[in-house]
Amino acid sequence: MRATSLGQVAVTQKLRDGAWRVVELITTPVVPADYLDVIAPLRNPTVLRARIDAVRPETANAVTLELRPGRGWQPHEPGQYVRLGVDVDGVRLWRAYSVSSAAGRRDGRFTVTVNAVADGVVSSYLLANARKGMLVHLDLPTGDFLLPAQRPAKTLFVTAGSGITPVMGMLRSALHELNDVVVVHSARTADDVVFGAELRDLAARGRIRLIERHTRADGRLKPADLGELVPDLFERETWACGPGDLLDGLQEHWADAGAGERLHVERFRPTVLVAGDGGTVTFEKSGLVAEAPGGRSILEAGEAAGQLMPAGCRMGICFKCVLPMREGIVRDMRDGTITTAAEVDGADVLIQTCVSAAAGPCRLDA
Amino acid sequence: MTTLQRKEVNPIGHLSAEDIEQIGRELDAIRDEVLAVRGEKDAKYIRRMIAIQRRLEIGSRAVLLFSVLPPAWILGTLGLSIAKILENMEIGHNILHGQYDFMRDSKIHSTTWEWDFASPAKHWKHAHNELHHKYTNVVGRDNDLGYGIMRVDEQQKWVPAHLGQPFYNFVNACFFEYGIAAYDLELGRNLATKKRRSNPEFRVRLREVGRKIRSQVLKDYVVHPALSVPVGLALGNPFGALFGTMAANAVANVARNLWSHSVIMCGHFPNGVETFERTSITGETRGEWYLRQMLGSANISGSRLMHIMTGNLSHQIEHHLFPDLPASRYAEIAPKVRALFDKYELKYVTGPLVVQVASAWAKVFRLALPNRKPARAIDHSVPPRHPAEVAA
Repeated sequence: MRATSLGQVAVTQKLRDGAWRVVELITTPVVPADYLDVIAPLRNPTVLRARIDAVRPETANAVTLELRPGRGWQPHEPGQYVRLGVDVDGVRLWRAYSVSSAAGRRDGRFTVTVNAVADGVVSSYLLANARKGMLVHLDLPTGDFLLPAQRPAKTLFVTAGSGITPVMGMLRSALHELNDVVVVHSARTADDVVFGAELRDLAARGRIRLIERHTRADGRLKPADLGELVPDLFERETWACGPGDLLDGLQEHWADAGAGERLHVERFRPTVLVAGDGGTVTFEKSGLVAEAPGGRSILEAGEAAGQLMPAGCRMGICFKCVLPMREGIVRDMRDGTITTAAEVDGADVLIQTCVSAAAGPCRLDA
Repeated sequence: MTTLQRKEVNPIGHLSAEDIEQIGRELDAIRDEVLAVRGEKDAKYIRRMIAIQRRLEIGSRAVLLFSVLPPAWILGTLGLSIAKILENMEIGHNILHGQYDFMRDSKIHSTTWEWDFASPAKHWKHAHNELHHKYTNVVGRDNDLGYGIMRVDEQQKWVPAHLGQPFYNFVNACFFEYGIAAYDLELGRNLATKKRRSNPEFRVRLREVGRKIRSQVLKDYVVHPALSVPVGLALGNPFGALFGTMAANAVANVARNLWSHSVIMCGHFPNGVETFERTSITGETRGEWYLRQMLGSANISGSRLMHIMTGNLSHQIEHHLFPDLPASRYAEIAPKVRALFDKYELKYVTGPLVVQVASAWAKVFRLALPNRKPARAIDHSVPPRHPAEVAA
């Protein structure tokens, strides 16, 4: 009996593979999913996308996007973030945003809250242009800024600015399982507090103790101030999210108190890359490192360092020399255009090495 | 710069080295203007074009399921021919040039795109982007000139085999995609000696082309014809359906081949287009490279639809100057480029498709025969004359 059913499974599998091969032949040279994209972009299992179902302003500078993910999505855990790929003026740019909605919705919908930062190309674009119906590209949720399954007895959240978003996701998902919760949140003014009404309501109902710090009036929060605000500070399991200097200060403070392991931080790294002149180019696969002056192409610098470089026309027209850049900043030697790649881009940025000069440290996947 | 020295009338004799570098700077400025505005409009354009092409192809293939009915056969074949032309010209060619790489969309990128053509994208990019676009119209380096089988310049030595070149050219036009695949493989050179034939790198490339051609042939001549058989059975003529769809695909492929061959012939063959000596490009500056592109290409005039159907290769001059700018921008910059030609008294070769095709074919016929008078040896001690002096 068992042998027969196994045989049947194999035959069915073979038939299915054969049928799929025919479908692939129907659509060659592109893949069947490419045709699906034309009619139902969310059904494509090979490219994860989401449609914006609703756009809700939070503050003057923040907006919440409700997203309906397509096929291939996996639900997030509270505190995780997703990478969104947004076409800004025709160019796909990727940024990480924390999920701000509660976990566990059956239809998979979730929200991210975008806080427009100064010089933030993507956040400013979304604040001004996000509309219902718009498609964005998506990556699976990730991140280890998580509450443990064994919920702590006492909890502290220290956040600043948009750092509240992952914490809001945690509160919305798990507040009913937490007993003693303190939230210390910094924002410029009372109006700038993202989710201000909801947080104040939770505080009014006694679910959390909320300490708001309005930095324009009161100045920035210093780690040393925390002891006064929250006397049992180090007894609490603490999650902190906000600007890098705040987190650095907190980590130092907690380490000094010998409570380093009770502090969990989430860093948003808006890698600020400033174009300079020349830089060190690291070829990750070969491990070679080349010093590339600003007047020399990465192709030549790589070759001089002994790296085996793909090359073609050497004048920027044949696109044979393109290599993926993990992280870094380059300048097009023909027209001065700056191209940057940051970790968050995920998919590497492809650069033409024959006409690109380093404008800072670069890491290439070669 | 020694280009065009062998010409009796040097079309660039009136330009100083400084003029040529200035032309380069002015062209760079035009390029910068496009880069400054390149963005959402271009992204929308190519995505829309892809969507139109895919809908047209699905629609035509659906109509061809009824290929046993003559009106459906005609409509489907027409639609499929247009879909294949759009796919190769305005979409494939331009994406493979990296014109849309700026979008950072992994689906629409020169490194990932594959097209409905016998030659795999990777092979074509090497032969076309790297060799043809760099060595444009350099006899002996740019195999697009006569594809290595034809005589394209009076200075080339005539041999009796050239008598057949109108015929070769016609056959090449009908089976253009296979001609290009053979040419991308450098078949002539690589099959010549046993050592080259057994070169593992060549074998690998040969297998890649084989695989590509196999899926292309299976798709057009087996799978789609088979899909139309059930309708044929219902209407009592299964073989009519099978062979009808096969024929429709063959007609569409040949129509696409003839069309792209004609457009490409118009790009570098018509009268007035210059060719260059192999030695003339050593140490070429950026300005000189630009100048060679200006003199070595010809445009086709026509409507917007005409430009789209040629993949904007009707703006061959602009394309050769800026191969990596989105092709739909060529029409915008063409007046500026033309003004630059006028300013420096250079000949902007352009004309309607029929005239340019005829001019190119006339050249193929003329050069099939030996030169009427032997090519005159050029006295290099006499400075070449300005075109205006000759006209006077």
